[in-house]
Amino acid sequence: MQSTAHAFKENVGAALADPNLQDSLAKLKVGFSERRRQAAERLPEFEALRDRARDIKNHALENLDFYLEAFERKVIALGGHVHWAPTAEDARRIIGDLCRSVGARTVAKSKSMVAEEIALNDHLEALGIAPIETDLGEYIIQLRHEPPSHIIAPAVHLTKDQVADTFFEHHSKLGFTRRLTERNDLVAEARHVLRQKFLDADVGLTGANFLVAETGSSMLVTNEGNADLSNTLPRMHIVLASIEKVIPTLEDAAVLLRVLARSATGQESSAYTTLNTGPKRPGDLDGPEQYHVVILDNGRSAVLGTAMQDMLRCIRCGACMNHCPVYGAIGGHAYGWVYPGPIGAVLTPQLVGVEEAGDLPNASTFCGRCESVCPVRIPLPGLMRHWREREFERHLTPRAVRQGLALWGYLVRRPALYRRVTSMANRFLALFGRVEGRYRALPLASGWTRFRDFPAPPGGGTFHAQWRRRRR
Amino acid sequence: MRVKCTAANVVNVSKLLASQPTDRPRRIGLFVTCLVDLFRPSVGFAAVKLLEDAGCTVEVPALQVCCGQPAYNSGDRATTRAIATQVIDAFEGFDAVVAPSGSCGGMLAHHYPGLFEDDPALRARAENLAARSYELTAFLVDVLGVEKVTAHYPGIVTYHDSCSGLRELDVKAQPRRLLGSVEGLHLREMTAPEVCCGFGGTFCVKYPEISNAMVGDKADDITGTGADTVLAGDLGCLMNMAGKLQREGRQVQVRHVAEVLADMGRIAPIGEPDEER
Amino acid sequence: MSDARSTILDGIRRSLRRGELTGAARDAAEMRLAHPPRGPAVARAELPQEQRVALFCEWASFNNATIARVGSDDVPSEVAAYLARNNLAPTAVMAPSAVLDRFDWASQPMLSLRRGRAEAQDAVAITGAFAGIAETGTLVMASGPDHPVSLNLLPDTHIVILREPDIVAGYEAVWQRLRERYGKDHMPRTVNTITGPSRTGDIEQAIELGAHGPRRMHILVVRE
Repeated sequence: MQSTAHAFKENVGAALADPNLQDSLAKLKVGFSERRRQAAERLPEFEALRDRARDIKNHALENLDFYLEAFERKVIALGGHVHWAPTAEDARRIIGDLCRSVGARTVAKSKSMVAEEIALNDHLEALGIAPIETDLGEYIIQLRHEPPSHIIAPAVHLTKDQVADTFFEHHSKLGFTRRLTERNDLVAEARHVLRQKFLDADVGLTGANFLVAETGSSMLVTNEGNADLSNTLPRMHIVLASIEKVIPTLEDAAVLLRVLARSATGQESSAYTTLNTGPKRPGDLDGPEQYHVVILDNGRSAVLGTAMQDMLRCIRCGACMNHCPVYGAIGGHAYGWVYPGPIGAVLTPQLVGVEEAGDLPNASTFCGRCESVCPVRIPLPGLMRHWREREFERHLTPRAVRQGLALWGYLVRRPALYRRVTSMANRFLALFGRVEGRYRALPLASGWTRFRDFPAPPGGGTFHAQWRRRRR
Repeated sequence: MRVKCTAANVVNVSKLLASQPTDRPRRIGLFVTCLVDLFRPSVGFAAVKLLEDAGCTVEVPALQVCCGQPAYNSGDRATTRAIATQVIDAFEGFDAVVAPSGSCGGMLAHHYPGLFEDDPALRARAENLAARSYELTAFLVDVLGVEKVTAHYPGIVTYHDSCSGLRELDVKAQPRRLLGSVEGLHLREMTAPEVCCGFGGTFCVKYPEISNAMVGDKADDITGTGADTVLAGDLGCLMNMAGKLQREGRQVQVRHVAEVLADMGRIAPIGEPDEER
Repeated sequence: MSDARSTILDGIRRSLRRGELTGAARDAAEMRLAHPPRGPAVARAELPQEQRVALFCEWASFNNATIARVGSDDVPSEVAAYLARNNLAPTAVMAPSAVLDRFDWASQPMLSLRRGRAEAQDAVAITGAFAGIAETGTLVMASGPDHPVSLNLLPDTHIVILREPDIVAGYEAVWQRLRERYGKDHMPRTVNTITGPSRTGDIEQAIELGAHGPRRMHILVVRE
């Protein structure tokens, strides 16, 4: 997917002015966090499970090569294939070739952020193969030619009316000529439209939440059943997963599953959690004849062993963005790429470069709410600060900011000079602000005063000046 | 490895302090914070009063200016280290360092040690400072065991949980505990007291539109409670909320929790002209 | 492609500043795969079996399945009654399982049952279940000649016949049973763990049932 992260400020302006988006975000800000809180309360072991989940992911990352090889051995032993894709280009090529090898005309896709990352759909279409998004949210945005705005709820930015308009526009040629108004009718119409596409698809392509080394299985967590239809009905099942998805054992999966669904949607368990291991067995009446796992690196191995390694623990639950007040104000599209919210602020600079995505780790108050709910305890604000340090080192920080900081740093290290300067500023601000108590406008502070008044200090001097006087 | 100033750690340190001879009062170094110094000195005096009322002696080291957070959060580690070294020097020898601010308190208690990974001597001093650095209300309640204050503030009050205090220093119950003892004060919670107000230091001027959206939500939540006063423990948050409430003409007083606890609730609230009420 | 494979594995090793995993670290990883350690024990479903079954029923209902607790003699009549109650034609595709065949389906002559995989026109599927997880009200289906996966997904209504002794506490017990039954080197092609009917929250974050999988799930919990 092409990044527009460099246009973050413009994206933000558009997002704040979008009434449909703001309506949707108003629901999101309250709903997800409340459901997660309730789910966590229902399970006394939740905090212990989070600690364990973090430890499992850390262990897997420290031994990633070993577990990837173990996974590969098991997949091959059961008749599956493993393909290694160092870059996005490699993954596109491999998947394109696999689809062509069975003469595929359509590919039933379940939601995959990695597929977005490598712009797979564009590649398939260029080859004359039609990718059919089957996750309802992905289907809706595919019709609208929009990218996803959330990693588990891709159409969360849309209102029901917008969905109804989209279906009315695109389904009439299929014989559905009524504009619907009820949610359940919209879902039923989508189900109907997509049903035949599942049945006709030549290839099913899914992501994976986990790759289990112990058994050579891919594990997928969904609610709709579309991923399972996609990996059962077509003749070929392709799993596209990035390297850090591999975990050692089924017991490790159990720990991660327990924190995943609760953190994501507040469910005890998603409707469908599926373990797929190889192609159909002799005697099976359904299932794919071929099972391929495409393992993608695309810059992740370079993160191992660095101060940023913790970001690879992510299990893609979405809790961070559900609780982030910045995401709650601007939505997912403003982040400009595949991964929004706090994890996006940390991952996007890594994968598309900090020159392109530098605004993202800066657009945070470091409130820490994301870290407080991350099931695998990723220190997201700390990682964002790391990016800010990298930007500072590389002089990517805006000049005005560097100069302001340099001036501040100069004064702060000379307390006597600082006291003189601030006493003057304090007296000045107190004097001219004494009538109203505040400023509606202030030079150099227009970012503040555009939307807020600026409180004036009361008379009497700075604290230090008054303290010196009192203690004499 | 950072020492998180959790309630557990605080209790451990308070045991350490308690084991010192009790015939002399605890000697506190007040960390004023740059915002209090420049924009609202009354908060500093309120903090001094509360600490002295609880039996401590309070000094204000002259060489303190800033905790270094603006530089830290802008990625300028070198300047942050220089400032932190200055703070460590200035506060040598005090039994405890107390700040009327969760973000400055958190900077000292949580982030300083990590700045000195490659300097064991300084790191040790930073860890020593971290272990005796506190936010004001947490220090009063968790370490000094203060359960009530003598103060009078009639009205409905709501309390905003500043992010650093809440998430880095576990400041949540302590201010509420003390406010519960203020005569005439009735506490009413917002629907989302723990959500960020949008200040975030330089964030509010680098991304003013997003900050405005966040403080707008907070202002709605505050007026939704029907409270006539909003309190918090961090001046940055308070100035941000006051500025928004006043720009929109909403009639809510904004004060620092230390001022109300120290019975200074009659001075002009933040952003209002100086006159006795 | 061994080149691409080496690129990735070498990249990982370079970042971790070591060669291939060896020595104590490798032994520990091998050991973990051979004898998987469990995480923190979840107490919720560690109950006597009778209460565990009740907990399963409670959670499954919470997740929008309907439950009927029956004796094995009543299975066919309950299936017929359920279809009638819901105005569904007495026709279903059933998993070709010896366990299911043991019920006296002939006692319900109105029921028209076809054994096999599901096709697009099937409205009702009847299957067994490998296990039920009491902790979350989850069904576990293991694919095989006796349980085609399409039965779990294609038809609008899914009727599941779950035996009480197959209700276990949590995931860990299920993995143990799978390893015992199949061996960890021979897992079935697909293990579906299913909690309630298909659902989506993709439109205005409100839950609707029956996104692509079944809209209705009816679980017969069978006393032996």
